[in-house]
Amino acid sequence: VNINKDLVAASATPLVLAILAQGESYGYAILKRVRELSGGELEWTDGMLYPLLHRLLRLGYVTTEWRTPPEGRRRRYYAITEDGRAALAEQQRQWVTVTRALGGVWRGSGWLPTALGEA
Amino acid sequence: MDGVEAQIAEWRAYVAQAPAVNGRDVDELDAHLRDQIAELGAAGLTADEAFLVAVKRMGDLDTLSREFAREHRGRLWKQLVLSDEDEPARPSSRWLEALVFAVVAGAAVQVARLAAHFPDDDSEWLLRNVSLFVLPFLAGYFARRRQLDTRRWVLTAAPFVLAALVVNLYPYRADSATEHLVAAHLPVVLWFAIAYPYMGGTIGPHGRRMDFVRFTGEWVIYYALIALGGGVLLALTALIFEPIGADVEQVVQWVLPSGAAGAVIVAAWLVESKQHVVENMAPVLTMLFTPLFAVMLTIAAATYAVSGVAGAFDRELLGVFDALLVVVLGLVLYAMSAREPSLPAGTMDRVQLLAVASALVLDVMVLGAMVARIGDLGLTPNRAAALGLNLVLLVNLAAAAWLSMRFLTGRIAFHRLERWQTSYVPIFALWAATVVAVLPPLFAFT
Repeated sequence: VNINKDLVAASATPLVLAILAQGESYGYAILKRVRELSGGELEWTDGMLYPLLHRLLRLGYVTTEWRTPPEGRRRRYYAITEDGRAALAEQQRQWVTVTRALGGVWRGSGWLPTALGEA
Repeated sequence: MDGVEAQIAEWRAYVAQAPAVNGRDVDELDAHLRDQIAELGAAGLTADEAFLVAVKRMGDLDTLSREFAREHRGRLWKQLVLSDEDEPARPSSRWLEALVFAVVAGAAVQVARLAAHFPDDDSEWLLRNVSLFVLPFLAGYFARRRQLDTRRWVLTAAPFVLAALVVNLYPYRADSATEHLVAAHLPVVLWFAIAYPYMGGTIGPHGRRMDFVRFTGEWVIYYALIALGGGVLLALTALIFEPIGADVEQVVQWVLPSGAAGAVIVAAWLVESKQHVVENMAPVLTMLFTPLFAVMLTIAAATYAVSGVAGAFDRELLGVFDALLVVVLGLVLYAMSAREPSLPAGTMDRVQLLAVASALVLDVMVLGAMVARIGDLGLTPNRAAALGLNLVLLVNLAAAAWLSMRFLTGRIAFHRLERWQTSYVPIFALWAATVVAVLPPLFAFT
């Protein structure tokens, strides 16, 4: 599936926050995780992740720190804050509502197999 | 591998050219690129191939730099103007446009003076209305530059028409205090009215509001510089022409007002187009003056606390403290606009908090004494205006101090401070409008 640009943009913030909620990470690893999670269907232009991370930083949703792991290169790590978790919870509520509505209408018209099932 | 190192270095240099991308961002993107190359290399690509794919995945630089610009407005400020989408550049005719508006504003002031029979009359009417002969042209200049549609032009004009009506239909008594208050507050009201065309016909977005605050600060600096230069020019003119018997005074009387009016537009144009000059000055000026003000305010607060306020009182004092709070607020806003929001709290933030806290302590003492005095002597228009302004500023600075304390202890992000200030901007406009429109009838135009 080729996912619509607006949809990719809209889902970017909750995705990044959710990934960071599982533990701190850095840009490249976050992108890899996104690819993994979406089975390669969600293709981001790599560079675009960074302005997004900086926005989350400005809003106080994440904190950041430059660090050099024992065997690896210097990277900028991001970790989620309390505000970030609150924002993520709010986003989750919104997405659940949207997917539930879509799921309802699609199940009703018999278009939807099971994909949206539990949402 | 050397070949790839050279290529990466070249790519770095290329990315670093984008105005909104700073050195730390380039480091971050660089690390990303290397991770990607390493992984692709492990999958069997040659170094060259891996580099090409990694760069391709990073996205093309134009889009990338625009995304960075959208997030880091403050950094891009020096390159202004980042309008909504890709505003078509119209570089050449811009100074001409500004010049036309400046000349018209300069001429309008002269027309107003002739209408008021200057210099025969010491005209109250002129004093009250003078900003209405200058600032509409600044609004028009921005409305044109931002290419507003007809509806937005009308909305831009509305506050000016309204103000003209209010100021001229009210029956002020001769030489009344309310009339002087209106003369002092109307320019402030109209300045806020300019925010609407400046922000491209919106009043909402907080980022844009911060741009306007920043614009105001830079405008003041440019205006002061122009005024200084103009002053030197006029003084030299006087010295040179006096000996040959020319009546310089007469000339200055006519040149000065036009110059002052035109400079309003020229300063705005300078802020818009020569931003990077001031951009380098703003952080330096804040660094210089924040500590000095902090020292002055702390000593003043300590002195007043020891000696007591009541002794030092006269009728002007509340006005002086209003001016002080305005300056402190200006300093806070200026520092805020020059600050990189994502940096952690530093010494400067602490010094600034000290300045604000001392100003607050001082002000609360003065305010207490002043309220007692008003209780004794009654409320005059001047006292009401000063008291109101004081309260408006006090609330702003108290909350700013509270928020920056929480920021310093790491409990909130800097963004929240910014948000507070940008949310508060309309309150200033409302208060100034209240003084212009509500206070005069309230005090029966005395």
